[in-house]
Amino acid sequence: MDLIIATFIEDNIVPKFNYWIYVILMMIGLYAMITKNNLMKKLIGMGIFQTAIILFYVSIGVKDTAGIPIISHHGSEHHQGATVHSESGPSSEEVSPVKVKNNTIDKDKYANPLPHVLMLTAIVVGVSTLGLALAISQKIFKSFETLEEDEILNKLRPGSHD
Amino acid sequence: MTEHFPVLILLVPLFGALIVVLLGKERPNQCWMTSLISLGISSIISIFTVVAVLAGNKFQTIRYRMGGWPESNGYEVGIELRVDILAALVVFAVTFVGFVNTIYSKTRAEAEVQDKVSFFYALIQLLIVGLCGIVMTNDAFNLYVLIEITSLTSYALIAMGNRRAALSSFNYVIMGTIGASFYLLGVGYLYIKTGTLNIDDIRMVLGNNNLWEHQSIVVAFIFIMLGVWTKMAFFPLHGWLPNAYAYAPSMTGTFMAPLMTKVMVYVMIRVMVWLFGYEFVYSDQHVWGELVIWMSVIAIVAGSLLALARTDIKKMLTYLIVAEVGYMVGGAWLGNVTGQAGAFYHILSDAAMTFCLFIAASIIVLRVGDCRVNAFDNLFRKMPLTMIGFTVGALSMIGLPPTCGFFSKWYLISGGIEAGQWEYVCALIFSSLVNAVIFFRIFERAYFGQITEAKEDFVPSDSDANPETAIKEVPWSMLFPLFIASGSVLLVGIMNRTLFEWIQTALKMMNT
Amino acid sequence: MKVFGLIAVLIVGVLLLSATKDFPDWRDKDSPANEGPVSSFYIEKTEDLTKVPNMVTAVLADYRGYDTMFETIVIFIAGIGIIAVLRNFDEPHSSSIQRENNDEGGGLLARFTCSLILPFIQIFSLYVVAHGHHSPGGGFQGGVMLGASYILLALAFGLSKAKERFSERRTMIFAAVGIFIYVGWGVLCLLFGKEFLDYSVLNSILPGDAKWARSHSMLVVEIGVAFTVTAIMFSMYSNLSTRGRLSKGL
Repeated sequence: MDLIIATFIEDNIVPKFNYWIYVILMMIGLYAMITKNNLMKKLIGMGIFQTAIILFYVSIGVKDTAGIPIISHHGSEHHQGATVHSESGPSSEEVSPVKVKNNTIDKDKYANPLPHVLMLTAIVVGVSTLGLALAISQKIFKSFETLEEDEILNKLRPGSHD
Repeated sequence: MTEHFPVLILLVPLFGALIVVLLGKERPNQCWMTSLISLGISSIISIFTVVAVLAGNKFQTIRYRMGGWPESNGYEVGIELRVDILAALVVFAVTFVGFVNTIYSKTRAEAEVQDKVSFFYALIQLLIVGLCGIVMTNDAFNLYVLIEITSLTSYALIAMGNRRAALSSFNYVIMGTIGASFYLLGVGYLYIKTGTLNIDDIRMVLGNNNLWEHQSIVVAFIFIMLGVWTKMAFFPLHGWLPNAYAYAPSMTGTFMAPLMTKVMVYVMIRVMVWLFGYEFVYSDQHVWGELVIWMSVIAIVAGSLLALARTDIKKMLTYLIVAEVGYMVGGAWLGNVTGQAGAFYHILSDAAMTFCLFIAASIIVLRVGDCRVNAFDNLFRKMPLTMIGFTVGALSMIGLPPTCGFFSKWYLISGGIEAGQWEYVCALIFSSLVNAVIFFRIFERAYFGQITEAKEDFVPSDSDANPETAIKEVPWSMLFPLFIASGSVLLVGIMNRTLFEWIQTALKMMNT
Repeated sequence: MKVFGLIAVLIVGVLLLSATKDFPDWRDKDSPANEGPVSSFYIEKTEDLTKVPNMVTAVLADYRGYDTMFETIVIFIAGIGIIAVLRNFDEPHSSSIQRENNDEGGGLLARFTCSLILPFIQIFSLYVVAHGHHSPGGGFQGGVMLGASYILLALAFGLSKAKERFSERRTMIFAAVGIFIYVGWGVLCLLFGKEFLDYSVLNSILPGDAKWARSHSMLVVEIGVAFTVTAIMFSMYSNLSTRGRLSKGL
């Protein structure tokens, strides 16, 4: 039995563990959004949910040998003349791998830029939604004096005064 | 110049919104005039777009590449707009409804939002920009950003009302975010498997590599559908709709009720027919065809019965919207082109009907000061013109010719018979009967006076009616939009043959 | 209710995880997304066609510039929406007496430190905006930092002092001008005859050839984004912390 579980984990979870972690995080956020009574806790759940989606997307673009998606010219023939700079700076130029060679760019040395771009947009959208939701909850608090959903629904019931 | 029309439809209200914000809160009349002009120009350009796309019955598609980036290895590198006859019709409907509503909002703006008139008009124009953008885009992630634009403006517009509106808006925020995030997850799954975000290219990659049976594509489809269903208030994910639209300030209710859910139905049809394709969605291996039709039957029945039980006018109309969404989802999932075309025609007709009914209901609630069915007592005598407009919309909901409601039900029923889904046909007929009961009860009240006491308690609405003064008609600036709305209900009905043929041709072209 | 929520969440989670069995592995460089023609085009051709080494900025501001325009509009909507929902334009009644006490800000230490640091923060944020072509940065990042510097000013010196520099009217003008720059630049391309946001036609008014025109236009567009984000960040803070009254700060 243990062997079956171990092979299952080995084959299905370990090589794709990023998807598993982020989906579990998403579900935690979704649970908070649906079941919690306090409006602030719902918003925190919303934040967790959206952040997990962002991390999920960014993890798609990771490559084994890749660095950041910015083409750097350190160590290429462009900077051979500027020896003053290379001597005074740290010696990382010689250590880092040559990424631009003979004017062709090695695709495997750069992470995929598209998920990063999409998630910049998603972060901004998440921040805007959070800001608007906080403003709405401030307005609710001003009118109802509480942020617990069951107390608010009690106040709205026709027995109490509107 | 005609190839730039799609972008111009978006840019004009965008500039209008920026100008309105710069005008500031001290000049509400100029803000109204600016938004009226910008939405009017946008409607005119959208009429030209419809004409350009028709091109003398040749049905060309305008494709517009943002940034002008050409294809690389057959894949789109930038974002593309794609306007065919279906998109052009919906864009015209959106901009036209926005324009007519702006005329209606002139008298109510100061009273309902006090000194935030400039922000109201800016948000309205940005809502129209978002809706038009959703209809025209051909990029899956761009669709998500535009859905969020429309959602954020809706949250803000609804929350500008009283405190019940703020609570309903918060509920809408939570459910709307879940829906949009599900859509984003579905698009992410598709991106992982295909590597591109353009809708045409995704379809091409899925077909070339025969990825149709992979579990991730099925899950992606399910999540995109769940997200879109939450946004269009398909039962049982409809929880946010009745409160949000009923308690919103009356001007925003008339803007959002005809448009938001219908554009989401358009997105659903687009995803089903163009992104995933006929063979995938309707294939026998997937059990969801029958399941969704049963869900839509439940939606229609539940929506109609819940509407029957309410005595608050606006709540009743919102539950009727839930039932109408059930019609459209069921029609689209029937599996034949007649059903899809019927659902699409119902988008246009339901926009007109809901628009007409919501304006009439807002006028009545405003004038009488009571938002329950009591408000209709003896109204045929006191406000005859308003009641004529309301009657046209009500007859269309019931489904009597020559209003558009009759023809859309006709097409949906014939699609249901053709597909052999008798439960759907029965649900449609049942819903027509329930609508008839609801509206004839109202007509009885309006003719003969009060019959029974309303069951719900009096909820103060945002009207400024004075109970001492007699109820008389509203000024022409409010009646005029109502008559345009009723006229469009009749016009969409009379033109049903032409429109249906266009829609059917376009869908047949998509399905091949 | 909680049980229903738990069951629903578990169903959704299982559904999401069931699809992962045919996903590419973590760090796989041959996955369809990483190997696909779109990403390869971005990595290989960007520096050549647009003269911008930072691929993320190039994709954000040029290839998918339409999307970024809508992203800026989203944050603009958030700012306007918060004002529309929360803002109370009535004159405050009794806060004038409390204003002198509560508006002091953060105390002597905070004021002194901030007066030393703030100029550097602002210059660094302008650097981040301008250097987005060569290092991680760009309009959004720089704009947020610049907005944060004004928030720091409000925290340390009191909201009224920050409002002297960045009044409500000025934030609205800045926000609208930012989007005007972005959309106006795209309309300029339209007027020159090509598609919306096609920057290559602007080489007649910008120095350099068509490729350098793209690089410069990206900078212009990022500046527009930075204006809007700065203004909206400060407007969101001032409205949310004062509950719409803009009278007393935190």
